[in-house]
Amino acid sequence: MAITSKNPPALTARNLSVFFGANQVLKKISLDIAAKAVTAIIGPSGCGKSTFLRALNRMHELNPEARMEGEIRLCGEDIYAHNVEPVIVRRRVGMVFQKSNPFPTMSISENVTVGLRLNGMRDKKILAERIEQSLRMSALWDEVKDRLHAPAISLSGGQQQRLCIARALAVQPEVLLMDEPASALDPLATSKIEDLILQLKKEYTIVIVTHNMQQAARIADFTAFLYLGELIEFDATAKIFTNPAQKRTEDYLTGRFG
Amino acid sequence: MTAPNHSWRKFKNVLMQVVAGVCAIIVVTPLLLIYYHLARFGFSSLNLAFFTHLPKPVGELGGGMANALVGTFILLIHAVIIGVPVGVLGGVYLSEYGGTRFNWWIRFTADIINGVPSITWGIVVWGLLVVPMHGFSALAGGVVLGLMMIPLVMRTTEEVLQLVPGGYREAALALGISKWKTIVQIVIRTALKGIVTGVLLALARIAGETAPLLFTAFGNLGWAHSLTEPIDTIPLLIFNYAISPYDDWHRQAWAGALVLLLLVLFINVGVRFLTRDRFQLKG
Repeated sequence: MAITSKNPPALTARNLSVFFGANQVLKKISLDIAAKAVTAIIGPSGCGKSTFLRALNRMHELNPEARMEGEIRLCGEDIYAHNVEPVIVRRRVGMVFQKSNPFPTMSISENVTVGLRLNGMRDKKILAERIEQSLRMSALWDEVKDRLHAPAISLSGGQQQRLCIARALAVQPEVLLMDEPASALDPLATSKIEDLILQLKKEYTIVIVTHNMQQAARIADFTAFLYLGELIEFDATAKIFTNPAQKRTEDYLTGRFG
Repeated sequence: MTAPNHSWRKFKNVLMQVVAGVCAIIVVTPLLLIYYHLARFGFSSLNLAFFTHLPKPVGELGGGMANALVGTFILLIHAVIIGVPVGVLGGVYLSEYGGTRFNWWIRFTADIINGVPSITWGIVVWGLLVVPMHGFSALAGGVVLGLMMIPLVMRTTEEVLQLVPGGYREAALALGISKWKTIVQIVIRTALKGIVTGVLLALARIAGETAPLLFTAFGNLGWAHSLTEPIDTIPLLIFNYAISPYDDWHRQAWAGALVLLLLVLFINVGVRFLTRDRFQLKG
């Protein structure tokens, strides 16, 4: 499905199939994810949207039963090539999870820099710069700048999730994957995360899985609808929500199933 | 409808409560009697000499257990050096790596080994170290206690690592952090208090071991000057004194038992202190 965009795609999936054991979770999905834009993946529970997201940075491989076919390219490079380490892919394609998970043994600033420090970065000046830069980008700086050494788990739920975004940004990835990042948050914290996503897309390619269709409509430039492991429709968000080409998309969006 | 008679039902309730209460008292009574006896006979024999002097020859009154106290600490240190790294890393393997089938066998074996009578360990190390080295030694005593610690530490480490939510592992891996650094810096660090607790409990358990030391450390009424000499420990000295016919040695055995109890008590209090704040393991 050709989507017109001013930028070349950041990620391209071609005939992507993922299996867990004998169970095929994704069925030959081909999709271009536009650079510096927000792409939303929607669909009912169990449709494979989280698996699709996790295949984009090889996180699905943590399941020893997982097997994939097809191809995913990041800026043209095959991320499943034999000589590519998943660790390197994940530094370029960061991830934020549904449940905020700042490391409980670390302070706010240590959480931000953990990805850098554990990959060998020692320069205190760069680390300090990266703390401020990442926390400003995740719209958390003003709330925590006076207590950077406080335990990360002393923050509220919404702040913890923005801290996790800061932590992912600190390693300077090219793509940010978000797996229902606001589904455990209250409406106010959710709207802060959404504002943040709209800010971040100026510099990052963002793929967000959401079960909240209004959220997809508010923040996504492109929306993909997955159903039972198949890509039913993929188009500009405005088109999907106002004039979907597929009957199943329309049925799902109007609440007739799912 | 006539008013139902609840007296039979009430009686059964009370009976159940009484039976359970009596059983609870039966459980703690021997324990309290032991504490009472130890305090009664032990405290009167505790003095500075007990901690600083060597045992006196038979017939002379006084003397102490300085050699056994030091010996106990030396053996415990060796046990920790052997048991903790192997036990903790084994627990890491069970929790973070390994196939389900292989891990099942390791777990099964560890649980069986935990149930093996400790004297068996003594015979094993006697065959492995004492016979080839032509003599009982502190080294053999440390090794036997260390070997006993391994399965204990391994299982508790595995259990506390399993309590670390998977989300932390995923978050670290998604940052491009390698697996071993994720395990060391994130998973182990999060569960550190639990691991230390497991080590201390294992230490408290082996601190009182006597039977395996009869074949290895053997006992020594003087100082051991090297690791290849027999060495004394508090439980060994208690054993040797208690089976002797001398009243003064019996008195000292009570004091030794009290010191051992206090040592284990301190370890347990340490465990409570370390685990009082368990937010880190909250799932």
